Amino acid sequence: MMFIRYAAYRLLTMILTLIVVSMLIFIIINLPPGDYLSNQIAELRATGQAEGVAKAEFLRTEYSLDRPLWQQYLIWVGVAPGPQGFSGLLQGDFGWSFEFDAPVADIVGDALWLTVLVNLAAVLFVYLVALPLGVLAAARSATWVDYTTAFVGYLGLATPNFLLALMLFYYGNKYLGLPIGGLMAPEYEGEPMSLAKVQSVLVHLIVPTFVIGTSGAAAMMQRLRANMLDELSKPYVETGMAKGLAPAKLLTKYPLRMAFNPFVADIGNLLPAMVSGSVLVSVVLGLQTIGPALLTALKSQDQFLAAFVLMFVALLTLIGTMISDLLLVLLDPRIRYGAREG
Amino acid sequence: MSTLPDGRFIDDAPYDPNVDLSAPERSDMDAPNWVLVWRKFRKHRLALISGIFLFLAYMAIPFAGFISPYTPNERSADYLYHPPQAIKFWHEGEFVGPFVYPTTGSADLENFQWVYETDTSRPMPLQFFCNRTEYKLFFLIPADRHLFCAPEGATVFIFGSDRLGRDVFSRISYGAQLSLTVGLIGITVSFILGIGFGAIAGYFGGWIDWVVNRAIEILRSLPELPLWLALSAAVPSNWGPVSVFFIISIILGLLDWPGLARAVRSKFLSLREEEYVRAAEMMGAKPSRVIRRHLLPNFMSHLIASATLSIPAMILGETALSFLGLGLRAPAVSWGVMLNDAQNLASIEIYPWTAIPMLPIIIVVLAFNFLGDGLRDSLDPYT
Repeated sequence: MMFIRYAAYRLLTMILTLIVVSMLIFIIINLPPGDYLSNQIAELRATGQAEGVAKAEFLRTEYSLDRPLWQQYLIWVGVAPGPQGFSGLLQGDFGWSFEFDAPVADIVGDALWLTVLVNLAAVLFVYLVALPLGVLAAARSATWVDYTTAFVGYLGLATPNFLLALMLFYYGNKYLGLPIGGLMAPEYEGEPMSLAKVQSVLVHLIVPTFVIGTSGAAAMMQRLRANMLDELSKPYVETGMAKGLAPAKLLTKYPLRMAFNPFVADIGNLLPAMVSGSVLVSVVLGLQTIGPALLTALKSQDQFLAAFVLMFVALLTLIGTMISDLLLVLLDPRIRYGAREG
Repeated sequence: MSTLPDGRFIDDAPYDPNVDLSAPERSDMDAPNWVLVWRKFRKHRLALISGIFLFLAYMAIPFAGFISPYTPNERSADYLYHPPQAIKFWHEGEFVGPFVYPTTGSADLENFQWVYETDTSRPMPLQFFCNRTEYKLFFLIPADRHLFCAPEGATVFIFGSDRLGRDVFSRISYGAQLSLTVGLIGITVSFILGIGFGAIAGYFGGWIDWVVNRAIEILRSLPELPLWLALSAAVPSNWGPVSVFFIISIILGLLDWPGLARAVRSKFLSLREEEYVRAAEMMGAKPSRVIRRHLLPNFMSHLIASATLSIPAMILGETALSFLGLGLRAPAVSWGVMLNDAQNLASIEIYPWTAIPMLPIIIVVLAFNFLGDGLRDSLDPYT
């Protein structure tokens, strides 16, 4: 019961946050002077193509770009009627991309799922790598295991993601025969799901996952190591050792469980970084996620597309953070039984 | 000290039975805080070396023109994509001092790439303190003296040249001017915002605290890079390189403050209840004075350590933005702008030296990390 109440509260805050975030995003997107169409009109006028101007003017009123900003926002969200009545994010209409001359939903389509997939894979990678290495580094602290993992971790933190991506792609292809570019072999694009397609996607995922996950894994590993070291120096560990508990059991039974909390709570910090990384890496590696779409949309002021992509990215991290908060409550009885108000 | 006939050593100073036994330790106990911090910091070898390295790197910024043999946008049209040249000392078993072999380039029309042939028969000694292209020392004083430059008829590309025949080494040392300072300006912005909002929220509490806290939560839950991209896409394209540089640094700082504000706030919440704060308030100190004189100095050192740890994120952020073409723009030289050239696989494969700017980035970011870790460990000398 407690849990359901907490979950409901968490969902409510998430929705409120999302509303604020949508305003923020809309303002940022509209910071540059003018819009895609007014720029186009100016260009058409300058080159003396009068017939195009009328169409662009028509589109401006059609997408209510000639109204004040707050009205545009309300229409975009779908709480105020536009020229076609209520038609905004809430109604599932994500707007029109001027650059591609198609509905935003058509352009991002598959990319949404691939984005989720890439980020999910990266998060999994972070946990799979950071958990054993962090515990190992703590258990064997001040030995070569510790130093090597620390060094590799630091290097992972310091190397710019996109360069790591380029390097790994190049050498992965040269020596391991890993495929270059994209998230699936070209022949599977637009094809229905099949075993071969899944396989192709998985093989293509290796390098991006590694690249996006490395810095997150390094940070996570260091934190887990520090937490573990704190726990390991406590008297109960010594007691366990004195009573003859097997080292592996001693390690996993209590200290790991204690050190695990911040590990889960940290997903809130991890996810934004991960999504950032995936946008960058997608652009460099030409993955069919929403990263490249965001970049082109921002460069050409294709505002509805850019705003939608930003909204989606924000939603992704917010949902992730919420899940981690809920997991934390399930995991830690101290939080579960109301040590925290709210 | 003197030696007795039987070989024992003895102190010449007269024995004083009244001397305070704890005196040797006393000097330690009474040492000012910064001495204790320094003693502890000195033991972190890696942090110390990183600190010295960063200090030298920042000191070298105004002398970029002097250190580099070329100016950043100087093109050698005959030497496009020139591979790195080694500086040699011995020619055919004979010591000649630092010299380079001259090279001649030709276009390989089969593979469409430039190939260079080295003429190993003529060693051409480097010139030192020579007069070449003009630059501005300290960004103000016109000067034309370079630490070293190529002899007439040869080139000295330590790290090779890029697609326009510009020297990569010179560009790296000029690029440091922007790449290294972007983090400093960014952290200043983030510091002002973070301490300001954190202090107000922590000190006054109530609804202000609530509002600031929500703002922090929202900003922290958003992915940074897409927002950076969106903000820097809003920078007008007709702005000059200097204004673009400042606005980009400010954008980097704008999204960084929530972490700092959170730390400041939680610290303030606990310190606010201390007696000395109460005392200051009773004596009529205004909130701004209590915050500045009594509360902030308490953990300024911690803030500095955490700032050191967040500078690398900004350096990497600038690199990423410039790399994607939304950060600093072409006539400006930064490491990210340079890497923009190494964007595709072909250049990594055929001209790997265009990716050399990644080395200074990695080294500087590592150095900041080590320095920050060392500072954080040593700033609490009493533990």
